[in-house]
Amino acid sequence: MLSIKGLKVKLEEEDKQILKGVDLEVEAGKVHAIMGPNGSGKSTLSYVLSGKDGYEVTEGSAHLGDIDLLDLEPEERAAAGLFLAFQYPVEIPGVGNMTFLRTAVNAQRKARGEEEMSAAEFLKVVRARAKELKIDADMLKRPVNMGFSGGEKKRNEILQMAMLEPKMCILDETDSGLDVDAMKLVADGVNALRTEGRGFLVITHYQRLLDHIKPDVVHIMADGRIIKTGGPELALEVENNGYADILSEVA
Amino acid sequence: MAEAATQQTPTEALIATLDLPQGGWSDAARKDALSRLQQAGLPERRDEYWKYTRPDTLTQPQAVSAAVRASEDVALFDQIDRLKLVFVDGVFDADASDDLALEGITIERLAQADADLHWARDLYGTLEKNGQTPVARPLAALNTAFAADGVLIHVTDKVSKPVNIVYRRTSDTADVMLHHVVKLDAGAEFTLLENGPVAARFNGVLEVEVADNASFHHVRAQGRDHEQRAATHIFTRLGTESAFKSFTLTANGVMTRNDCVIELTGDDAAAHVAGACVGDGADFHHDDTVFITHDAVNCESRQVFKKVLRNGATGVFQGKILVKADAQKTDGYQISQSLLLDDDSQFLAKPELEIYADDVACSHGSTSGAIDEDALFYLRSRGVPHNVATDLLTLSFLAEAVEEIEDETLREEITARLAAWLERHAA
Repeated sequence: MLSIKGLKVKLEEEDKQILKGVDLEVEAGKVHAIMGPNGSGKSTLSYVLSGKDGYEVTEGSAHLGDIDLLDLEPEERAAAGLFLAFQYPVEIPGVGNMTFLRTAVNAQRKARGEEEMSAAEFLKVVRARAKELKIDADMLKRPVNMGFSGGEKKRNEILQMAMLEPKMCILDETDSGLDVDAMKLVADGVNALRTEGRGFLVITHYQRLLDHIKPDVVHIMADGRIIKTGGPELALEVENNGYADILSEVA
Repeated sequence: MAEAATQQTPTEALIATLDLPQGGWSDAARKDALSRLQQAGLPERRDEYWKYTRPDTLTQPQAVSAAVRASEDVALFDQIDRLKLVFVDGVFDADASDDLALEGITIERLAQADADLHWARDLYGTLEKNGQTPVARPLAALNTAFAADGVLIHVTDKVSKPVNIVYRRTSDTADVMLHHVVKLDAGAEFTLLENGPVAARFNGVLEVEVADNASFHHVRAQGRDHEQRAATHIFTRLGTESAFKSFTLTANGVMTRNDCVIELTGDDAAAHVAGACVGDGADFHHDDTVFITHDAVNCESRQVFKKVLRNGATGVFQGKILVKADAQKTDGYQISQSLLLDDDSQFLAKPELEIYADDVACSHGSTSGAIDEDALFYLRSRGVPHNVATDLLTLSFLAEAVEEIEDETLREEITARLAAWLERHAA
């Protein structure tokens, strides 16, 4: 599904190498988690995959199925089936959440040559999905993320994911700023979207999110590389001993 | 004679081309205004409030001709139950207009209102004259003296539907002055809508007297006609617990100067003035100049102005709040912002506060910026194409000004017009 090979990335503005050769394969139907200390390059990886400006790929490749992601504009990557749930969802005053969602859904459908969703059909689907995520009608009407609490913003990300039905979902520190109840709600939303055909890459500092979204594979990232890969037990090891042991073991 | 002509001032040169309408209750006001104009002289670049806007095309004797583009004339406010008054090239078109009868209101034309003791006699030119100090507004005095027509509206009650003055343009050279007067009696409520391109050159004055507990709403859409030049003035005076709310959308036009002069004279009154402007091209110049005087206790004023500028367009905002010594508990708010879509466009802002009372809350802010890159990436990462995302964020930027319109239907009409403009002017 998602195939990253020898990916090296530097900042465009300064000569600073952030990713120093990342190799990663996420299979359809699987949940991979990436853990790692601050500054290890986890968020950069998510931005580079989704096409944010400011990064320069100096080596390597990233494919979604047989589509070369690095050649595409952000909107083309989205239409190809990639979705990034933001660590800090952006507030957009004056654009209704519903308008935003419908514009996005139909833009992707149009890009894929599919028929656009009618207003009535869209409304029906969005209401049902929103209800599952405990997103009330008021949140759908308000401008995108404006006045939303931390938990509401993250639930809104999951709602977008549910509406856009991507093949590959990247969750960037989705647990940051959430209390336990909010985290559970978000995790339930994500788990409901786990299907055979869909891959997940969950980026997190802490093991606690992985209690709720059970990963198949856990990677430890440090200094721009994946330094260790294992099963769910690797996350527990980090939780108990911190990163120091793994770092010294690799060094 | 050639020698005499060279001694003529620009003001005299312009006056020489005009005929002073004669023979009615407005005579005295017109003569008075003419002497105000002669005394002040037409605006020049060296005048403090014309530093950022060249007045020459607005003041020269001959209007610059401007081609009419039929395709640009698109209906607005069609979804709204309204009483429609149509002016074509500045001339009233009775056939295209609705019957002037409406409950709670009397509507007359300035050119036909010939009663000796007309109610408008004490108002015509009066608010304009008040608005000449401390800053002279010679183009408004010019208008009071020479305006050939306009609408006089006396509102005595709550009016069931808005009056919509629709302007149409068929002539490339029409040079038009219209002077409207609106008087709201105590407790009256009234909405005035204006839209359409008036003329190749337009000089407009709107005087609005809002009595105690009365409320006046005004939504105006200028433009849709690329070569128009316009200087407009709104003068209003507010009584106790009254409200004045005015919104202007400007799209296109070459040279637009909108002055708004507001005087809060009764306690607990509220004045809101807002504008959204979209300009494309190096010949686009748009200037909002606002002067609000607080002269009563516990009044509120709001100024919200947003401009989207691209391909070398220029926007100007000059906004002043004057709080007199007795105007305690004043709440004054002013924001002017521009979205500059390229490096060639510019926004010039001059916010001013002059406060003599000691218990007031006044704030002002002004910003210029580009499209928010984080928001743009967020939208694109959801599959929204670059150009659509830019349009959404542009509308988002303008929304704060558009939201000043209280009526939802009117707000939607203005938003739809903005969206259509963005679509036509796709980058």
